Amino acid sequence: MTIGEPTLVLSELVEAPPPHRWLAAIVEFCRRRPLGAVGAVIVVLNLAVALSAGALAPYDPLTTDYGAMLGSPGRAHWLGTDAFGRDVLSRIAYGSRTAMLVGFACAVLGATLGTVIGVTSAYFGGKVDLLVQRIMDVFLAFPLIILALAVVSILGNGIVNVIPAIAIPMIPRAALVTRSSALAIREMPYVDAARAAGFRHRRIILRHMLPNVMAPFLILLTAFLGQAILLEASLSFLGLGVAEPTPAWGLMLRGAAVQFAETAPWMAIFPGLAISLAVFGFNLFGDSLRDALDPRLRTP
Amino acid sequence: MPRQGGRLLALALVLASALAIVVAGEFSGPPADAQDTPRHGGELVFVVPSESPSYDAHQEETFGLIHPTAPHYNTLLRTDPTDSTGTKIIGDLAESWSVSKDGRTYTIKLRKGVKFHDGSEMTSRDVKASYDRIMNPPPGIHSIRQGEYVDVEALQTPDPYTVVFRLKWPSASFPSSLASPWNWIYKADILAKDQHWYEKNIMGTGPFLFVEHVRGSHWVGKKNPNYWDKGKPYLDGYRGIFIKDSAPQVAAIRGERAMIQFRGFSPSERDTLVQALGPKIRVQESPWNCLILVAINHEKKPFDDKRVRRALTLALDRYQGSQALSKIAIVKDVGGVQVPGTPFATPPAELEKLAGYSHDIQKSRAEARQLLREAGVPDGFSFVYKNRGVPMPYEPVGVWLIDQWRQIGLNVRQEVVEAAKIFPTLRAGDFEVACDFQCGYIVDPDLDLYKFQSKEVSFANYSRYTDKVLDDLYQKQARAADVEERKRYVREFEKRLLDEEVHYIYTLQWHRIVPHLAKVRGWTITPSHYLNQQLDTVWLAE
Amino acid sequence: MLRYVAKRVVLMVPTLVGVATLIFLLMRVVPGDIVELRFAAESTFVQKDMLDQERARLGLDQPLWRQFATWMGGLARLDLGTSMWTGAPITEEIGLRFALSLQLALMATAIAVALAVPLGVVAALRQDSWVDYAVRVFSIAGLATPSFWLGIVLILGLLIVFKWLPPMVYTPIWVSPVQNLAQLIWPALAVGYRYSAMATRMTRSAMLEVLNEDYIRTARAKGLWQKLILTRHALKNAMLPVLTVIALEFAFLMGGLVVTEQVFNLNGLGLLFVEAVAHRDYTLTQALVMLVATIFIVVNLLVDLAYAWLDPRIRFR
Repeated sequence: MTIGEPTLVLSELVEAPPPHRWLAAIVEFCRRRPLGAVGAVIVVLNLAVALSAGALAPYDPLTTDYGAMLGSPGRAHWLGTDAFGRDVLSRIAYGSRTAMLVGFACAVLGATLGTVIGVTSAYFGGKVDLLVQRIMDVFLAFPLIILALAVVSILGNGIVNVIPAIAIPMIPRAALVTRSSALAIREMPYVDAARAAGFRHRRIILRHMLPNVMAPFLILLTAFLGQAILLEASLSFLGLGVAEPTPAWGLMLRGAAVQFAETAPWMAIFPGLAISLAVFGFNLFGDSLRDALDPRLRTP
Repeated sequence: MPRQGGRLLALALVLASALAIVVAGEFSGPPADAQDTPRHGGELVFVVPSESPSYDAHQEETFGLIHPTAPHYNTLLRTDPTDSTGTKIIGDLAESWSVSKDGRTYTIKLRKGVKFHDGSEMTSRDVKASYDRIMNPPPGIHSIRQGEYVDVEALQTPDPYTVVFRLKWPSASFPSSLASPWNWIYKADILAKDQHWYEKNIMGTGPFLFVEHVRGSHWVGKKNPNYWDKGKPYLDGYRGIFIKDSAPQVAAIRGERAMIQFRGFSPSERDTLVQALGPKIRVQESPWNCLILVAINHEKKPFDDKRVRRALTLALDRYQGSQALSKIAIVKDVGGVQVPGTPFATPPAELEKLAGYSHDIQKSRAEARQLLREAGVPDGFSFVYKNRGVPMPYEPVGVWLIDQWRQIGLNVRQEVVEAAKIFPTLRAGDFEVACDFQCGYIVDPDLDLYKFQSKEVSFANYSRYTDKVLDDLYQKQARAADVEERKRYVREFEKRLLDEEVHYIYTLQWHRIVPHLAKVRGWTITPSHYLNQQLDTVWLAE
Repeated sequence: MLRYVAKRVVLMVPTLVGVATLIFLLMRVVPGDIVELRFAAESTFVQKDMLDQERARLGLDQPLWRQFATWMGGLARLDLGTSMWTGAPITEEIGLRFALSLQLALMATAIAVALAVPLGVVAALRQDSWVDYAVRVFSIAGLATPSFWLGIVLILGLLIVFKWLPPMVYTPIWVSPVQNLAQLIWPALAVGYRYSAMATRMTRSAMLEVLNEDYIRTARAKGLWQKLILTRHALKNAMLPVLTVIALEFAFLMGGLVVTEQVFNLNGLGLLFVEAVAHRDYTLTQALVMLVATIFIVVNLLVDLAYAWLDPRIRFR
């Protein structure tokens, strides 16, 4: 419930406006920001492939075929086969599932938790803010890869454990960014008015402050998506990510792919392309999103 | 079925002879031009994939110490650098040795006039001090191969150039223990003052003097002008560069910034180098005394049932695996408990009879399924295979194992365990089936079979079983007086370990591939990457 | 101003203590044992009491609080202790690699700035034109490429096309500048390209914000000459957030370039880090984390101070 003060357009979007508003906004976005549109298309494509991998993939990604090891791209295997004769195309398709899962889980976890922490800290201010800031500083000062390494070492390999390993370093970064936006909003009259009216803290935070940090939140989300996919690839490269024989893009770039980089380059090129394309798309979209949202962040 | 038996017999004969030819050819012997006159001079530059925490071979077990540091030292005996099986023992600091009739006394005559790098002479006192340290280390010293010398009763030095070992019982493998590449002879005076000195310092009698070591970067040695073996070493010096990742290692040799990497490369890396450098590259290959074992936890159901364990080994098509995996990984040879081609290796006819080594994989797998049914293991039974997180060759072998077990209806999930965690995991028995691994520094039944004794005897028995018959067989083969008798015991041990009880599973023997610049001469590959690294016989052509 | 500086410096202390506690606990929680790794990995003859002895020697059998107190005491005296793996003093271990990591970080930052500033400014001045699109695509491509991938491609490219390989051993720049640069320019390029992406975006958006200020728009309306002057002025104002990003990225570059170091075989802090963790070398890992955290916090502080100095509103709060 707004308090009669001109609020940001975005908060209206969050309050579920009629459908034609959404459609108009999307068309407007595509027209004005073609790069962002391209990015969005890539994102949607990735999601589509991830969801329908079972139907799309011509082979089972785990089936080995020792007769067709290291086969070059051809009619039977469009993108070739890997060191065990497994179909690269199928592994990439299923790999997108791992990538999207890890990417979205980490990004949503990291961005959401970070935003909640950042906004809450900004709202309460004073000692709470100081304490939370210090804790976030401690995690921020920690080298990202070491934190991820430590978490994986404790929990072990596998998708489920990689997600917290990547999400945890993201939380303080999100908190930092959203806190500065939240600080600006906190000084606004309508927040003061809400407090004067006696609304509880939780309500004010959830219904007034959070919707207004949607812009940085969305930007963080898209940035984290790309980062999470890359981090997963790096962790797999170091041997700390998802384990064989699970198909995952980062894992596919390890070991045999590097070994056969010259004789069987398709093993490394296609997963590398898949990663680059996905991260590229997410970042492009996120970039344009920031452009679209940025001017509105500056209040009159 | 018309003459199935006859066809099978012919096939078996062809395969056996093929195997024999392959095995014979596996040891690609010394390079053809070993007859050329060695040329003096030049600096050998080589790559070292791993770095050792200390300089003391008595307390370390990594080749990362041997490769850069062994050239500074000598041992009592050594393996003949021209022998490609790495089993022929000759003298290093020992001029000659003799064994008493009862096989319990070894009298060794030392060379005279051998000098340490600081000019002092090496005598039997130094040998005794070094071996006392190895066999009965003072507190604070971890002599990790101490257990090899339990058969030594006494070590005496009647005069400055004679050393006498008295054993509690005859041991045919004792010369191998004396030829251990880890038993560097240190200076007695230094050890008397400070037992830890050798952890951070170098003082030996070897063909090369220590120049410098920069952690994480390189190790430099230069020729010892007063080396006791006149005319050697041929090289002016050497430089070992530490490179951990294999891609830059290959790049280093390809870019001719390094000449050789003494451990081994993968088949694709060899192919890359051969393609890129053509006649400038020479490749030496050999079966390797390393392999991945599958430890089966006898304390976890249903693996306490030997039918289940037998099924696991029957499922593996080792021959197809060898063919396929040898293209992408450093595994290849199908063997028993000793590296094919060495004195105690399994003859092909007997190998066939062991569970999982038959050429008829359909039959083996049918038997496996039958055994699983009898043992009450349902189809689709799931368990976790814990694998070590090292790409080569653990990952490909892991993928292969899981795939093979799928063929008999087992649904295996792999869990990759980081190196620092795998040993505590194995030791604690916190697994159902896991990868274990053995890398012997010399091919010898005493060394290669020790691990498989009962868990009360062998700390490294991760399958956690007690088998007194096996222990007994080990002792019998260790003390056998006659070579043929010893072979019999080794065969019995093998049969019980791999076929009757299936306490452990042997996967495929690793395959050592060392491509190097053709100008490196005088180095012969053996099944052990710890042997023959003193570099005294190595020279550079052109 | 002095009060602000003092306050910030004092606030550094609890952060550092927090980092120290976190890494200490984290390492102890992670399963695995350095003693096992060192002595039991490949040997079949090892004895159990030998392992226990070694643990006692390393102080691993002490109660946790005492281990922590010993270490914190050492930190306070700036005594980092010795590495559990090699026994060498940690200052020595780190010292060997510090120069390389520092130089690489500086070179990569220089390349990033050299790329980011002109590209970002041009993209902002020509917003929504094809130049803008090209710059954005170029910089995002840098972000999207996995750095190890880029490294492998670079080295292969050099080998195959030029039949030349960079030197594999590090020579300090004062010993042989040619060798030194020949080795480090390639990883600096790979890393610099990636980091220029973030800086480019930052420059572009900062410039855009400033360009939309009223006084700039008026100047534009007035004519070219004034626009030039004010563009320069705009640039100066835009630089502050850009410098922030660059400074923070620099802090991340020290010890964070694990994969790059592996691919280019550089004896730097990143690989030392990974090795220390892999070996469960508690003392070395802890010391490295403290080093990197301190660098990060100090850089953070300097950036904040720069902001405070330039923006009186913050200073006088």
